[in-house]
Amino acid sequence: MEARSDLLVEEPQKLDAFKGVKKVTVEEYFGSGHRTCQGCESALVMKLMIKAAGPRTVVLGSTGCMYVANTTYYTTPWVVPFMHTQLGSSGSAALGTAAGLKALMRKGKMKEEAINVIAFCGDGGGLDMGLSAISATLMHPQYNLLILCYDNESYANTDIQASGGSPWGVNTTFTPPGKKHRIMQTRWKKNMVGMLAAGHPECRYVATVCASYALDMMNKVRKALSIGGPTFIHSLDPCPKGWDYDPLYSHELGELAIETGIFPLYEIEDRKLKYYGKTKKIVERRLKRKPVRDYLLRQGRFAHFIDEDIDYFQKKTDEMWEKWVLPGVIPIHPEEMGK
Amino acid sequence: MAVQAAAQSTVGKSGADDREMLISGCEAIAHACRLADIDVVTAYPIRPYDTLMQMISKMIADGDLDADYIVAESEHSQFEIVKHASAVGARVFVGSSGVGWFYAMEALAVTAGLRLPVVAVVGNRALDDPGAFGCEHNDALAVRDLGWMLTWVDVVQEAFDIALIAFRVAEDPRVFLPCALGLDGAFLTHSQSLVRVPSKEKVDQFLKPYDRGSKLLHPDNPITIAPQVNEDWLIEIRRQSDEAMKRSKGVIEDAYRDFNRIFGRNYSPFLEEYMTDDADVVLVGQGTLALPVKVTVRKLREKGKKVGFVRLKWFRPFPTEEVQDCLKKFKVVGIIDRDYSYGSPYSGGILYNEFRSALYDLPTRPKVYGFICGLGGREVTIDGVTEMINMMLETAKSNKVDREVVWIGVRE
Ligand SMILES: Cc1ncc(C[n+]2csc(CCOP(=O)(O)OP(=O)(O)O)c2C)c(N)n1
Ligand code: SF4
Ligand SMILES: [Mg+2]
Repeated sequence: MEARSDLLVEEPQKLDAFKGVKKVTVEEYFGSGHRTCQGCESALVMKLMIKAAGPRTVVLGSTGCMYVANTTYYTTPWVVPFMHTQLGSSGSAALGTAAGLKALMRKGKMKEEAINVIAFCGDGGGLDMGLSAISATLMHPQYNLLILCYDNESYANTDIQASGGSPWGVNTTFTPPGKKHRIMQTRWKKNMVGMLAAGHPECRYVATVCASYALDMMNKVRKALSIGGPTFIHSLDPCPKGWDYDPLYSHELGELAIETGIFPLYEIEDRKLKYYGKTKKIVERRLKRKPVRDYLLRQGRFAHFIDEDIDYFQKKTDEMWEKWVLPGVIPIHPEEMGK
Repeated sequence: MAVQAAAQSTVGKSGADDREMLISGCEAIAHACRLADIDVVTAYPIRPYDTLMQMISKMIADGDLDADYIVAESEHSQFEIVKHASAVGARVFVGSSGVGWFYAMEALAVTAGLRLPVVAVVGNRALDDPGAFGCEHNDALAVRDLGWMLTWVDVVQEAFDIALIAFRVAEDPRVFLPCALGLDGAFLTHSQSLVRVPSKEKVDQFLKPYDRGSKLLHPDNPITIAPQVNEDWLIEIRRQSDEAMKRSKGVIEDAYRDFNRIFGRNYSPFLEEYMTDDADVVLVGQGTLALPVKVTVRKLREKGKKVGFVRLKWFRPFPTEEVQDCLKKFKVVGIIDRDYSYGSPYSGGILYNEFRSALYDLPTRPKVYGFICGLGGREVTIDGVTEMINMMLETAKSNKVDREVVWIGVRE
């Protein structure tokens, strides 16, 4: 008998990478009807995500801006089937949907067809509340699905509160600077994708993306849907309301997050790590990281920072690139492993 | 190992059905799930319901059932997974007990709100702390206002039968509401008796495939489910759920009619009356406490006491008219609660206050007692039941109730 269970696997859709912007399909599956803020990168992520996936897709969305501001009754922007799920349920929603479709097709109760299943969540829904269900879902190799976390670095929909995705020191409505304490947010941002990759060795694909690099972003989604099994993508999304900047600069701030090395771009496919975009150049020392100051001071949420805070932020970011065993991915220093 | 052996001995090949089997409440429901050909089932361990999921996993491993079996990492996920599988058209089954059921509470609420016909078993268990696995009904009763149909079972055969009825009623497009089966922890989940397990052909006659129709989530039917409605629409949607719950009563009656015809039973849907003819006083309760109560009633009847018992089978939808028609005949009724509701009117149990409310509009009302007993799985004894009945017989003579709500069998 084969070691692999006969409960595995049907073929996922084969979605080849778009070879250049001009090859991207013109059809939109996330249309008008939403009421997100001007300059909302997360709304763009939705649009690109489903453009990449195509029409034979079911989308499940956790509570958060991308549900609340997107799907007002009678004005849904979703051209594909869409269903809300609970704040901590992106993993379970994807799993249940994929299991339902799989069982019905196997038993001849539904026409056989590879249908993409995508569940999205915010940083609150994904990095905090839904972590347990996401982790559990990534352990089920027989279901083809993608969980996409759009990370705007706060519980945005409930008025910008600190989450496990919020950066150190940031001003949120739960971590406001005050007369006695300038820094209320004492937690460093959670290293989601590194954690998932390290903790779920059988998961075939995880990646980080940023919609400032739209083509890369879409192609990562296509790969995640094509590879088979459960997959995860973490997207960093500038949020003009929560980050407090002119909506004009969303794209630029996304670029700065990468160029300063604060958010690395990489994918891990069958346990092989590949940096890409400017991150690759940074790792290969072909590009010098911009100072974090250039990024932080563009945003009102860091306006209370004094030089000392910026220095600390810079030092921690430097460590990601100079000390982590896998730069930007695995925060373990070799000396701590006794070398 | 012991568990496996037990499971093996009870799994029948489909050809071997339509026969009597010595099985527990949990096994009976596992067989009902097999015959209902469920598509997706999710499991998480908690006593006492989880034996059921052990049975189902073995059936799948042995090829007696073809379903996707997902071992969830929490009850919240367990219930969310089946909720979503149901939305894409899968027949689903799930279950829990006590604090596990409460851990899933958010999912329970939205499953009903979304009108998804999830069928669940609750192996009733106390809500620790302090730690207790014994039977109490507060777990399942906590969803009584949310749009879950709730039924309580007395014996193993009924557990099997109601499981089939639950799928049929929940998945009826006139209803589309989830349904939970209350199985008294240990007393029913783990006690065995002979059960008639029918053939697949008969079950298929009774239970048609689940068809989600225009509500199916599928690329061929690209709808948006559960958009943000707020004050614009929510009250209308709540009203629709209310109408569905009201309609479920008729659908349950239809289902019992067909069930009795196809399987040769003689069930009445909502109430079972035991020795109520010419009774002055009757006890009312749900679940397995029917057994000690019936024994006590029979003994007291032998002594010439005019006592009887009424067992409630469906708590939601609550059979208001049937309850009125039945209970108006008696001088005194005593409602037995295996639950508590601190701070409620008269500090009575949940059933007590539901029944009092149902009786309020009768022109002549019986006197009503509330008896709280059997909490934490403590046995409901013949002595305890006799104590209740004696109080009621006294009231039948004096027409006076000294204490509306009495805790029975409690050390002072
Ligand atoms: C169980 C639960 N707790 C709290 C909430 C309230 N809530 C609604 S949206 C939201 C914010 C979610 O934040 P995130 O996942 O980061 O998404 P964003 O709003 O930032 O897009 C919260 C906390 C909820 N819907 N459900
Ligand atoms: S608050 Fe941020 S994430 Fe939410 S809609 Fe506005 S810009 Fe988008
Ligand atoms: Mg957020």
